[in-house]
Amino acid sequence: MSNRTAGASDADVRPDRRAPLGPPTPVRRSGRRRTGRTGERRAARGLVSPHTLTTTRGRIVYWTVLVAVVTAFTAIFVFPLYWMVTSALKSPEEIAQIPPSLFPEKIDFGVYMEAWDQLDLGLFLRNTVVYAVGAWLFTLAFDVSAAYALSKLRPLLGKAVLAMMLSTLMIPPMVILLPAYLTVKELPILGWNLLNTPWAIWLPAAANGFFIFLLKRFFDSIPRELIEAAEMDGASPARILWSIVLPVSRPILGVVSILAVVNVWKDFVWPLLVQPDTDKMPISVGISSLSAQMPQNVLMAALVIASVPAIVVFLFFQRSIMAGLTAGSLKG
Amino acid sequence: MTTITVRSSRRRGREAMRRAVRRNLTAYGFLCGALVCFAFFSWYPMIREFLLSFQKTNFVGPPEWVGLDNFRTVTEDPAFGPAWINTAMFTLLALVAGYAVPFVIALVLNELRHAKAYLRVVVYLPVMLPPAVAVLLFKWFYDPGPGLFNQILDVVHLPTLSWLDSTTTALISLVIVSTWMNLGTGTLIYLAALQSIPGELYEAAELDGAGLLRRVWHVTIPQTRLILLVMLLLQIVATMQVFIEPYLLTGGGPENATVTVAYLMYQYAFSFGNFGGGGALGLMLMIVLMVFSAVYLRVSRDDKN
Repeated sequence: MSNRTAGASDADVRPDRRAPLGPPTPVRRSGRRRTGRTGERRAARGLVSPHTLTTTRGRIVYWTVLVAVVTAFTAIFVFPLYWMVTSALKSPEEIAQIPPSLFPEKIDFGVYMEAWDQLDLGLFLRNTVVYAVGAWLFTLAFDVSAAYALSKLRPLLGKAVLAMMLSTLMIPPMVILLPAYLTVKELPILGWNLLNTPWAIWLPAAANGFFIFLLKRFFDSIPRELIEAAEMDGASPARILWSIVLPVSRPILGVVSILAVVNVWKDFVWPLLVQPDTDKMPISVGISSLSAQMPQNVLMAALVIASVPAIVVFLFFQRSIMAGLTAGSLKG
Repeated sequence: MTTITVRSSRRRGREAMRRAVRRNLTAYGFLCGALVCFAFFSWYPMIREFLLSFQKTNFVGPPEWVGLDNFRTVTEDPAFGPAWINTAMFTLLALVAGYAVPFVIALVLNELRHAKAYLRVVVYLPVMLPPAVAVLLFKWFYDPGPGLFNQILDVVHLPTLSWLDSTTTALISLVIVSTWMNLGTGTLIYLAALQSIPGELYEAAELDGAGLLRRVWHVTIPQTRLILLVMLLLQIVATMQVFIEPYLLTGGGPENATVTVAYLMYQYAFSFGNFGGGGALGLMLMIVLMVFSAVYLRVSRDDKN
């Protein structure tokens, strides 16, 4: 992709700010972390001129729009979440009442305990964590070393391997769902059945062309001299990867890590197929498979519990997540 | 004199050769983990998808070649037509809501000087929820009795709807959930694109007497043309694979009103045990999506030149 797209995350994920030998620095790329500042500076002139905003009419329009936008966003995006949390606190009678109450009559967190016990949410959450952490570790171990080999060791046929890895980006995951399922059910040659094992989630998660693309592009921008100097000193490729490449690659490793965890956390169809046993399900599959036989307020409590980790992670890693998002738009 | 140089250069050649071999071995050592994963879970399934759609798989003996039988079975299915029409309608409606709206939101957000961080976080919150959570939450909102949406309609004295239970509103209900949980992605990507437009362009346009809408049309859109195009294609490919909404909300009903191609594919494999039929549907979907992917590739390549 090119510098004309919204490569907001790019500078953020390049190690060599000076970059004498790095790729040509596209002028418009600016770091996500810096967009705060640069964005502010640039936003000094958006569609509407700053001059218009100083007039009385301009100011009235601006504040009206601002209030309207904040209200609308709160109503559309926050209120449903509020409704989820408070629905869970209502008694079965209150939740079915028409018209509904805006605030629950009494705040009783007991239903959360009930949901936790009834649905075995602890087990589902533990499964989810096991899948996410394992997928993350395999992704880092396999994709980082592969991208390093393709970028710095440049083996024979390396270009072809890279092209084949990137070609998987063109295949929408849904269309190879059935053959992928059959593969996991009976691994070719080996004949192993990976259903109901964490491997069925860990290993496919590492086969991610987009991560290879992000990592390789980043490694490509690490100055050659740095690597060559280490080679002169007799460092092995593994040592170079560990002591030189990885430390300067922290930003991209952060982006890839978060994307890897979020992907597994959000995934539904794949675990639905490959973890058919109830005690192996991750949380979203578990809740939805049990949702039919649950009282409404217990279901809502379960949904709240399932969303809390995602929201907490989001609030903590906002920057990297959004950086990963804009990097995501540059696929290809 | 000459012999010495020849010999030493030959030795150097052999040395270089050995080094190259070792470098290649090391490189493939680093690559092997990823290669195995890709081979088993991406490349092989891609090939298998083709085989699957021409085979009958019964899990007992080896698969049997059946030619175009699977395609005949699925095209004769009464749900086949509705599945494609619904998928196309879903994609179209999701684009109307999920493509233009985030751009407009991003335009407005980019002009605001206050509450920016709040708005950005809020619009992205639903994206972070596991999709199953968002969909089950909306299932409750769609409840024709005490569900939130009918209650709101009631408060403003509008006729209530039966949402997921009616053939006319079921598909739209799916589009609403899908838009709600995906809107944030587009918005933030557009916002990043808008921030990279140099202010001077607007200034120049304004000096030339261009009004607000003309500035959007003549500056903003040309400047973000590429990202708009890329997002359009990515969004088409993503929404055409719609599965979780019909799976959790309607089960394809009422009367096939929400059955989609991906959902039908799933049903073929896991409800009817006909993996060949599912494979045939998957292959058809793949061909359609590959067209968009090819356009996407073309677009991004054109831009490189």
